[in-house]
Amino acid sequence: MPSTSLHGASAGDRIYRFATTAFALSIPLLLVLLGVEVAVAAWPALKAFKFSFLTSSDWDAVNGVFGAAPAIYGTIVSSALALVIATPLAIGVAIFLSEFAPAWLRQPVAFFVDLLAAIPSVVYGLWGIFVLVPLLREHVMPFLADRLHLGNTPFFSGPAYGPSMLAAGLILAIMVLPYISSVTREVLMAVPRAQREAALALGATRWEMIRGAVLPYASSGIMGGVILGLGRALGETMAVTMVIGNRHEISASLFAPGYTMASLIANEFSEATNDMHLSALMGVGAVLLAITLVVNIIARWLVWRVQRQARA
Amino acid sequence: MPTTEPRTLTTVAAPTVANGAADAQPLVSVRALDAYFGATRAVRDVSVDFVEGQVTAIIGPSGCGKSTLLRCLNRMHETIAGARTEGEVLLDGKDIYARGVNPIAVRRRIGMVFQRPTPFPTMSIRDNVVAGFRAAGHTAPSRAEQDQIAEWALRRSALWDEVKDRLRESAMALSGGQQQRLCIARALATRPRVLLLDEPTASLDPLSTQKVEELVYELRGDVTVVIVTHNMQQAARVSDRTAFMLLGELVEVAPTTRMFTSPADARTEAYITGRFG
Amino acid sequence: MNTRMSARMSTRMSTRAPRRSVRARRARSAVMITLTVVAALLATLPLIFILALLLTQGASSLNWAFFTAMPRPVGESGGGMANALAGTVMLITIASALGLPVGIGAGMYLAEHRGGRLASVVRFLSDVLNGLPSIVVGIFAWQFLVRPVHRFSALAGGIALAVMMIPLVTRTTEEMIRLVPDALREAALALGYPRWRTSLTVVLRTALPGIVTGALVAVARIAGETAPLLFTAFGNQFWSTSLTQPISALPLQIFSYAISPYDEWHALAWAGALVLLALVLVISLVAKFATRSRFGSAND
Repeated sequence: MPSTSLHGASAGDRIYRFATTAFALSIPLLLVLLGVEVAVAAWPALKAFKFSFLTSSDWDAVNGVFGAAPAIYGTIVSSALALVIATPLAIGVAIFLSEFAPAWLRQPVAFFVDLLAAIPSVVYGLWGIFVLVPLLREHVMPFLADRLHLGNTPFFSGPAYGPSMLAAGLILAIMVLPYISSVTREVLMAVPRAQREAALALGATRWEMIRGAVLPYASSGIMGGVILGLGRALGETMAVTMVIGNRHEISASLFAPGYTMASLIANEFSEATNDMHLSALMGVGAVLLAITLVVNIIARWLVWRVQRQARA
Repeated sequence: MPTTEPRTLTTVAAPTVANGAADAQPLVSVRALDAYFGATRAVRDVSVDFVEGQVTAIIGPSGCGKSTLLRCLNRMHETIAGARTEGEVLLDGKDIYARGVNPIAVRRRIGMVFQRPTPFPTMSIRDNVVAGFRAAGHTAPSRAEQDQIAEWALRRSALWDEVKDRLRESAMALSGGQQQRLCIARALATRPRVLLLDEPTASLDPLSTQKVEELVYELRGDVTVVIVTHNMQQAARVSDRTAFMLLGELVEVAPTTRMFTSPADARTEAYITGRFG
Repeated sequence: MNTRMSARMSTRMSTRAPRRSVRARRARSAVMITLTVVAALLATLPLIFILALLLTQGASSLNWAFFTAMPRPVGESGGGMANALAGTVMLITIASALGLPVGIGAGMYLAEHRGGRLASVVRFLSDVLNGLPSIVVGIFAWQFLVRPVHRFSALAGGIALAVMMIPLVTRTTEEMIRLVPDALREAALALGYPRWRTSLTVVLRTALPGIVTGALVAVARIAGETAPLLFTAFGNQFWSTSLTQPISALPLQIFSYAISPYDEWHALAWAGALVLLALVLVISLVAKFATRSRFGSAND
């Protein structure tokens, strides 16, 4: 550096700034592109069937009539069933891990539960087809219907095929459990120790401490975890497609086969016979996209609120 | 260009300065400098000269703006979001804040060492030393050139004997004091005209502090050093001249011996006799 | 907050105390604690069942031919999934080649513009993208990449997987870069490093082990994805490494064999599932342990 000049360009900095900004912008662009592409493809069907696309149960590719109500119903019911089963379990596991588990057990159990999230969906589906569905058909469904005499209620009536809303709900429960449990665990860990000690000092038992001091403090974070799990359950595709039975019908019975939006797309998309059929499937995708978007935003907001609370 | 000296500088203007360096040219001249963090004015209308080859200490209670002033001298202040400066800093008579001046070129001529040692954790000892040197040229210096400069800088910072057998090892394995001297070596390797030290011994034990102080003392003559310290004994030990800052203003700057024996300003006296902060 | 809580606590307790004896409360506490233990058992049970079954079913039909042979038509026994394995490797490669630079670059932007408005928008949308159903990503990729050219392709499949990967990589990159002390960035700038060089050779390099971990976690997640590939990569019974041709993938092959009516194919599906799970677990474990020891000291 012989010259004493202080002048000089920094083209590298401009390129760097431009590149990282472009990469960052690609995420909103990608999302907008995705929304537009799906909406544009869905438009013909949504325009043709208007509101009946959401309310009608007629899904007839041959006659070109499409109503997605069974799939929407199935998505909601299977996800709700999954949450009903998974939430208490997940909260139980989280409480066990954060409050009661001996130190040596904490790591392995947490690892095992987290591992559930690592198993690919298609592997769950395989297990569902060859283990869960036969088990339901031969043992669980007869037991529920005959031994417990629930067969008279509309929810457990009808023939026990095996592939069913119940199977979908069960497999989804296993799949969303690790998500709910890991968020819950984090939220429980964030409850200040003073909170627990105050309760114990008042003479509370360990359970009363959790019930009275820990859970209320963590409740909105747990809610966030549950809704995050709901987001997963709503969009889960492969495992559900493999066990739900794929039938366009709304039935109150959990024994009956059904459809979810995701499995409907997975099943019919590559066999779609005409443009309207494709557009209708895209419309199902658009509805699914809209629902998961709303659910995710609510979940993020809840989790974010808890984090902000913890910081303050 | 008329330069308006603040009134507190009148004592320094007298030519009777120790070390016989008073008639030496100022290498760095600060002229009416203000530094801001957003709306907060951390440095207020400071004008001061740093004489070539001398060690100048800046003292003052914490929060007085001494570190901010230091960071204005090599345009590091502006790297903080919302921070800006007004006024001039002349290096060899050229304003480093003039339009078109590249802050990177400024920082290569005015090196800096921070409060905590900051060796790059992914680089070996040798690579740490030559990191700035390597980044400086348009073409990469040869391996031999790098080895040469690494040895020179490590000898200059009195670290060579301690690390010469493990130049390839991670710099993170060194002790805190060694890491700090490594950072000084790294700054020296770019052959800067000025070296800025921001409380360089604040995180070190007494023995390491002593080594760094000896090193600073050694550097006078070759490099112009500006050292910020909250330790008045340190300022007295290592510096030729001392500047005292309070609430963002430069209260007084004088030869160190005079500053600590007969300060001109009552506030300076109050501070060095321990009556505040 | 605290006082409000304890006030609520004490009213709850005082209304209860007269009704319940201490012993009853203790018993109730013990029962509830036991229930959480039961929950933990129930939650780990499915995993143990699935792993055990995969090991017994999968291992019995797993042999060398599985890795080297091509699929055979129905009726012929034997055969393997060599093409599906190659396809999975290729799809992961395409997805990583596209998704990693974008994700890492966006993560660097987020870390360097912490409080910026664009940064918070991108951070939020990245979470939204992460929560989208994979099947929706699949139909988007079909509409955008397959429909216009009337051809399924490995490239479309890889891009769909990259879309799934980007938000994951973005967030871990941001978190890892935030762990790098600001002092290091300052030290590099003070040495006369330009910003880009500071970011790449000092900050990014220091955060690299953590970013590699994040990238591996993302790869593990997309390796098992099926839904985004159904209408993009589509699957292929033959050997293909072409970017513009349909390509097979392990999860796709498992799916189509699982829903087939043939026992030989079921056996292959089990073997495939075992291999896929092993692949995913190995990548996850490498991510978890291998990079930890190297990073430890640089973290603080």
